[in-house]
Amino acid sequence: MRTLYTWGAILAIVLASVVGDIFLSRAMKEVGDVGELWKRRGLIPVVRSTLGNPNFLFGLIATAMAFFSMLFGLSWGDVSLVAPAAASLTFIGNAVAAKIFLREKVDRRRWIAASLVAAGVALLAG
Amino acid sequence: MTFDKYLVLSGVTVFAASGDSMLSHGMQETGGISFHHLTLVIAALLNPWVAIGVLLLLGFFATYMIALSWADLTYVMPATSMGYVLLALIARFILHEHVSALRWLGIALITGGVGFVAGGPELTTNRAASTKRDQPLFAPDQQEALRAVEGTRRRS
Repeated sequence: MRTLYTWGAILAIVLASVVGDIFLSRAMKEVGDVGELWKRRGLIPVVRSTLGNPNFLFGLIATAMAFFSMLFGLSWGDVSLVAPAAASLTFIGNAVAAKIFLREKVDRRRWIAASLVAAGVALLAG
Repeated sequence: MTFDKYLVLSGVTVFAASGDSMLSHGMQETGGISFHHLTLVIAALLNPWVAIGVLLLLGFFATYMIALSWADLTYVMPATSMGYVLLALIARFILHEHVSALRWLGIALITGGVGFVAGGPELTTNRAASTKRDQPLFAPDQQEALRAVEGTRRRS
């Protein structure tokens, strides 16, 4: 039962992280190149347009939910399972979701990169 | 990729790794928190390690957002995963912990993954299409002034 809870929490962390990252990435693409805008308009307008972006707020809420799911997950399962499993699966989930929802061109190079990093993160826990 | 952009990506990496380790060090000092004793959360936040960790993670979030403003998610995620390698190297060479062969293999895989993604383009979505929706940042007369300013900057 505990294992089921732990994996449920891992699934919740991955889902919330992926949703959060997709929304945050979309929000920042809408805001535009922060470095360039900062130089042209100053810091405060850039911060204001970021905080006022609805996608940013959704992303922030989802990321916060991922954080709290992580707290729950850590109280049910071992840190050496929950943290790397969640991080590893988030890499794969983000690659799939970025291709579908952000229309990023996830070519073979990026699939290999995401898979290598996901495998590496999983191994670091061993 | 300009020097500034490399600096932002390194910022994401270093802030995430240092923030996480400060936070975990601080949480080990304060002990476990539970949902029945929420006052312990406040005690945890007053721990200097936790406080510094939270500040560093705010730095991580800011640099992460800056990176996502000019690069794909599938570029930023692997490119900044060197933080895991950094943590393992700190564990081995500063804390003198034992790093197993499997972990070294993990470090090699992550480094390889970072190398793979870093060799490709950072942005693959159509920038023109995404900015078309947005309103122009400057009125035409301001754009004129900007061009003049940029012209003088280039000359100097």
